[in-house]
Amino acid sequence: MQPIIQISDLSKTYASGFQALKSVTLEIRRGEIFALLGPNGAGKTTLISIVCGIVNPSTGRVLADGHDIIADYRAARSRIGLVPQELTTDAFETVWATVSFSRGLFGKPKNPAHVEQVLRDLSLWDKRDNKIMTLSGGMKRRVLIAKALAHEPQILFLDEPTAGVDVELRQDMWKLVRRLRDSGVTIILTTHYIEEAEEMADRIGVISKGEIILVEDKAELMRKLGQKQLTLHLQAPLAAVPEALAAHGLALQAEGEELVYTYDTKAERTGITALLKDLGEAGIRFSDLRTSQSSLEDIFVGLLRANA
Amino acid sequence: MSAATMNFPAIKAIYLFEMARTWRTPLQSILSPVISTSLYFVVFGAAIGSRMQAIDGVSYGAFIVPGLIMLSLLTQSIANASFAIYFPKFTGTIFELLSAPVAWWEAVFAYVAAAATKSVMLGLIILATAFLFVPLKIEHPFWMLLFLVLTATTFSLFGFIIGVWADGFEKLQVVPLLIVTPLAFLGGSFYSIDMLPPFWRTVTLFNPVVYLISGFRWSFFGFADVGIVVSLGMTLVFLAACIAVIAWIFKTGYRLKN
Repeated sequence: MQPIIQISDLSKTYASGFQALKSVTLEIRRGEIFALLGPNGAGKTTLISIVCGIVNPSTGRVLADGHDIIADYRAARSRIGLVPQELTTDAFETVWATVSFSRGLFGKPKNPAHVEQVLRDLSLWDKRDNKIMTLSGGMKRRVLIAKALAHEPQILFLDEPTAGVDVELRQDMWKLVRRLRDSGVTIILTTHYIEEAEEMADRIGVISKGEIILVEDKAELMRKLGQKQLTLHLQAPLAAVPEALAAHGLALQAEGEELVYTYDTKAERTGITALLKDLGEAGIRFSDLRTSQSSLEDIFVGLLRANA
Repeated sequence: MSAATMNFPAIKAIYLFEMARTWRTPLQSILSPVISTSLYFVVFGAAIGSRMQAIDGVSYGAFIVPGLIMLSLLTQSIANASFAIYFPKFTGTIFELLSAPVAWWEAVFAYVAAAATKSVMLGLIILATAFLFVPLKIEHPFWMLLFLVLTATTFSLFGFIIGVWADGFEKLQVVPLLIVTPLAFLGGSFYSIDMLPPFWRTVTLFNPVVYLISGFRWSFFGFADVGIVVSLGMTLVFLAACIAVIAWIFKTGYRLKN
């Protein structure tokens, strides 16, 4: 199936000379939740802004559902909804008016039933006649989401949707995003919270200093995460892993003083019991042991360091 | 929706949104210009005007009506349109317009139509107010309306440019206060440029507002400082220049996209 967004060789250099994006190539699959993970200033918002038409790219090309975002901007943009990072809303408009306005702006004829549904889904129905400036920050964010959904987009960009949002709203937001995905909307969210990407995403992309340095299925990442290491500190160093233990796939480290066993915590059997039994039979004694797990955070930090 | 079709719902949405802003602040939008114009009539028309001689057979009170309407039309068109585009830039809500499937000329059309509608309404209200103070008859009502609409449109476009250019509230005020108001005052709002010494009369001909006021005054009284065709021509030239600048703004993304 054709990807819903195809970004090829996209670069952006601002007038100040700052290069925010360096030849980014990325494909977003139809119907997935894609999390774009990266530290502040990595280029997440610039990337989103170019796809949505707010920032002009320096070079490169973006297709949204097969439509070039510049040559065929009407078709491209009418398929996209954007929830910006900042709480940029009108102040004096009512919730109903601002959401209806967005629908018109994106070229859709009036449909009060749809606007009502969006407001109800976001628990904004009771606030429909309130002026936006009277709402709390969390409610304003819901209003921004409602505006982005008013024209029934196929692609929804959420730029840092849960930055500065309380726990309850964050949970609601996650539920909403899943519901949208179930209804066929493709969702691209940026975040610098790893747990958010872990909780939500089907695939995860990591961006750093304007470059995409990793794109992987979350399941694949989690599989890597599911691996643990058991490290045995030996009483006497070994020159090589004994023949009797070869089946366990052990590795020696720290000049033969440590034996490392890698296992899958999610497997039916971890193999630890068998390993310890074999070690006893081979007469290998150890003075200490520890287990460790690499988290997404470790992978992320490692990647960023490697990229620095 | 193909690129060839127009986004009518967007034009309607922007237009109605901008008009709603007017109804929300009726005191500021409608009443305050009416009051300030009434003050002009009381002071220049009734108090001082009664001691001035008629100009080409028109009483001074009546003579200043077209100029006063033009003065309000210019300042209000600029204020309406510049604020309409500056404010979303200031609050950041402009992201939505930039990300919408709206052609630049559709957006400009909607914003300018709303700003011009407001100032034409205002001009007509001021005209109605004027009837209360001075005897007035309009010789060429069609031309009067044409000049009203053309001027409102042109200066709404000009205001739109100022709103895009301004990066602070001060700049938003500078052009109307320091350039447009003096040009309007010196452009013959309150006098016929024939009253000026020859040198200053020539200088005044470089003031574009002279042509607007002159043409507008012709539609009321049938006489003017410069010919009606010249007035109309100059108005259209200024209109075309504003459209060209706006086309350039959107083509380059000047002050809108970076």
